[in-house]
Amino acid sequence: MNLIAIKAIYIFEMKRTFRTLLQSVVAPVMSTSLYFVVFGAAIGSRIDQVEGVSYGAFIVPGLIMLTVLTQSVTNAAFGIYFPKFIGTIYELLSAPASFLEITAGYVLAAATKSLAIGLIILATAFFFVDLQIQHPVWMLAFLLLTCLSFSLLGFIIGIWAGNFEQLQLVPLLVLQPLIFLGGAFYSVSMLPELWQTVTYFNPVVYLVSGFRWSFYGLADVPIGWSLLAILGFTAACIFIIGLIFRTGWRLRD
Amino acid sequence: MTPIVSVKDVQKTYDGGFEALKGVSLDIRDGEVLALLGPNGAGKTTLISIICGIATATSGQVKVGGHDTVDDYRAARSLIGLVPQEINLEPFETVMNTVTFSRGLFGKPRDDAHMERILRQLSLWDKKDAQTKELSGGMKRRVLIAKALAHEPKVLFLDEPTAGVDVELRRDMWETMKDLKSHGVTIILTTHYIEEAELMADRIGIIAKGEIKLVREKEALMAELGKKQLVVELSERANGIPESLGKYDLTLSDGGSEIVYHYDSRKDRTGITRLLNDLQAAGLQMSDVRTEQSSLEDIFVDLTKGDAR
Repeated sequence: MNLIAIKAIYIFEMKRTFRTLLQSVVAPVMSTSLYFVVFGAAIGSRIDQVEGVSYGAFIVPGLIMLTVLTQSVTNAAFGIYFPKFIGTIYELLSAPASFLEITAGYVLAAATKSLAIGLIILATAFFFVDLQIQHPVWMLAFLLLTCLSFSLLGFIIGIWAGNFEQLQLVPLLVLQPLIFLGGAFYSVSMLPELWQTVTYFNPVVYLVSGFRWSFYGLADVPIGWSLLAILGFTAACIFIIGLIFRTGWRLRD
Repeated sequence: MTPIVSVKDVQKTYDGGFEALKGVSLDIRDGEVLALLGPNGAGKTTLISIICGIATATSGQVKVGGHDTVDDYRAARSLIGLVPQEINLEPFETVMNTVTFSRGLFGKPRDDAHMERILRQLSLWDKKDAQTKELSGGMKRRVLIAKALAHEPKVLFLDEPTAGVDVELRRDMWETMKDLKSHGVTIILTTHYIEEAELMADRIGIIAKGEIKLVREKEALMAELGKKQLVVELSERANGIPESLGKYDLTLSDGGSEIVYHYDSRKDRTGITRLLNDLQAAGLQMSDVRTEQSSLEDIFVDLTKGDAR
């Protein structure tokens, strides 16, 4: 195992994060805080409680997920797309490192960054709304798994993308709708029955539900399903990345 | 001696159907400098890419240090350093970080003394904290070389290292190459500059249209293919070669004012003395005499004539 290679990639990527701190950390924290102000403090007080939790507090887990998902995908996608774009990918391909090691370096760095953003947002939320976390260990586990699995997805998107437009396409056109319709702002039980059924095909529902459960003990789907969904998703991503490196798809001539 | 790099029947056909390599076989000796010459599109970069793991061969086998580059890629690749033709660098990263990254990627633990040695040798030490985007083109190329040397490779591939580089830097690079060679590093160099190949290489390979046309010792190649000719300038134009000189391989040129004699300079008897005597005996007045030898460039042009795409 070329652990030194994983470390080298990880450090290199983290240096990029620190170099662009404003754009990569401050900006997402800032924009999520605006949601707290608007929905939590301003409008939230006029909305009824959802299953016994004030609306402002109810949306916090969903909002954290919203940011963490998008950040994981965009960070990891950019991380591997950039070397492809500027041509430094030759070094990764000619290095004595396996696909697992290269992936680990990029994905761990992207996940670290989005985990940090998630935690900062969580800390910020305490200033605006009355929060409680019933299952802190599960909360962290869900957050960590989400960061990892969606960074893996981002890594795949980065390899797939042929230009900057495609790089933006998936987060904007696929993830954003899935997250907004995934119960970040409402409980699935508030929807008409038909739409509830449709919603269960949205993988993000399971993540948001599980994450919210760790805060308030409230879940749209059983917690076991949430866990299963995210583990299954992670495994699928790793499998696809393995295929990509074995066949050299979009990487090797 | 087992070759440090062994390429066997490597064939490469791109998705579009273009056959870049048509069954190339090549053995590279440990410690030598091999120059690969060839026109654009001949397959030089494709061959290097396959050896280094950037491209996959359609068929054939490559071994580096006895390790198969597919089955045992870790062992094979850790011996190789690659300086690509294009200047590809992370623009916002500092020189030091980008070179340190390369060493780490190849699984070597941090070694500050080695980093300093490389950067000093390539005159980059003063620039170690500069972002690579701030550097001039020549400096960027030095960074690429530093990256390739960061993990102390046994085999170094230089793909057109001196293309678009000024004279001073080219000389520096040649010095670096000589130094590496003296430390036992095998160097494979692709180049357009015949002068560079003549100066640096132990052996020369010529590749054209996806095939290796020849691989020879540089000296042997030049002696074998380097025709030498003696040009005798005449005071008065001759209408033809006198019959008495029929036994020599002579041609008239420059409208009869020059007689050209082809000979092999390595033979004990070149026949020059006899020819000059016979010229005088035939009543030809000589005003000047000079010799010409075809350079590697002429040989190259001869071999690859019509092969450029």
